Amino acid sequence: MNVTIVDYQSGNISSVINSFTEVAKGKVNLEVTSDVNKIKSSDKIILPGQGSFKSCVGSLNSINGLVDALKDFAITNKKPLLGICVGLQMFSDIGYEESETKGLGWIAGKVSKIDNQNGKFKLPHIGWNEIDIQKESKIFKDIENKSHMYFVHSYEFIPKDKSVISATTDYSSKIVCAVEKDNLFGTQFHPEKSDKTGLKIIDNFLKL
Amino acid sequence: MLKNRIIPCLDVKNGRVVKGINFVELKDAGDPVEQAKIYSDGGADEICFLDITASNENRDTIIDIVRKTAKECFVPLTVGGGVRTIQNITDLLLAGADKVSINTAAVKNINFVKEASKKFGSQCIVVAIDAKKVSENKWEVFTHGGRNKTGIDAVEFAKQVETNGAGEILLTSMDRDGTKSGYDVELLKVITDSTNIPVIASGGVGTLDHFYDGIVKGGASAVLAASIFHYGEFKIKEAKEYLNSKNVSVRL
Repeated sequence: MNVTIVDYQSGNISSVINSFTEVAKGKVNLEVTSDVNKIKSSDKIILPGQGSFKSCVGSLNSINGLVDALKDFAITNKKPLLGICVGLQMFSDIGYEESETKGLGWIAGKVSKIDNQNGKFKLPHIGWNEIDIQKESKIFKDIENKSHMYFVHSYEFIPKDKSVISATTDYSSKIVCAVEKDNLFGTQFHPEKSDKTGLKIIDNFLKL
Repeated sequence: MLKNRIIPCLDVKNGRVVKGINFVELKDAGDPVEQAKIYSDGGADEICFLDITASNENRDTIIDIVRKTAKECFVPLTVGGGVRTIQNITDLLLAGADKVSINTAAVKNINFVKEASKKFGSQCIVVAIDAKKVSENKWEVFTHGGRNKTGIDAVEFAKQVETNGAGEILLTSMDRDGTKSGYDVELLKVITDSTNIPVIASGGVGTLDHFYDGIVKGGASAVLAASIFHYGEFKIKEAKEYLNSKNVSVRL
């Protein structure tokens, strides 16, 4: 199996590479690239994302043919894709970080700043928080409800269709922290930094 | 709900873990990669490396140690010490650090914090503030491992780093560091009250109660400690169980 971590020069993806390499050891062939042809021939894709929504979308768009290749992969061919953090947020139609920016439009919804209730909640939301599993998701196989995951973000994805939500976490409100829609998976938290439970989620994705 | 984090810190010099009493008189306490792995397996919520002499002796941080650690530890890794340029940050992140902590360079030029958070995102920019009490309810920022006085008010500076995009503040009391007499709770309280980003308490932990004070009385989002963990006085798990027994929420 060929798995690609999309390297589109946006933020730090070393930890994503390290964790997937650890789990993939001897099982799958892992590539880190933005090469459109390699993406086309992949079986699975991981779309990481750090920094702002705007800068991540900008970086994706700056690589010729990348957005189309990802769309063919995930939407037309319905092959498994996992978005992490801003990688998940970009599934949306629109984001409001820095300025209004169009997303990939794969799952209807928007990305807005977490309501900190007039400073009652510190932002970024940094640290370990429990996930409340909302529906069965293939990547949550053998993951207990209320497991701890590592978060670091100030913006949240608000999907229109709530049935895509696979988990939420409690921070000022119920924040969407995982989605599953057909072959599309996304986590707002960082499985690559979430210790053994996080590695299990990665393993579940690789085993799909 | 969001859990309070316990962060063991490894002060590193010449590739070895050390911990000083008030930043001098260093003792040797082991191999950093091995230590980090023990902490990560033991339930550390994050690992912090501080290259404590880098800033003073103009050395780059220990990229190789970061690289080895990042391959074995799957919890967040913060690295500080001698972070002065965008290139320093790039090198550390590529080696596997998740966050970098900026100290002297932030004091010298606040625009560096702005530039770094714009380029890499606030989530990976921690500003380390070393503060010393100068009079009643007044603390001043120090640099170069506590050697240089800056004349800058710590509270004002904390607000400034937030405005300039820092994602977190790592606040060390220079009066308490290495003394085991507890965090400077007053300092913590005034900084956590005047900023809206998470503050990590550092400097002075000697008992498990000190963690409680830092979180509950000082308002810290995370507590950092070095010697209490690596001379084996307490295990991270013990600290967490203690806090949990006092109704402080932690990741068990």
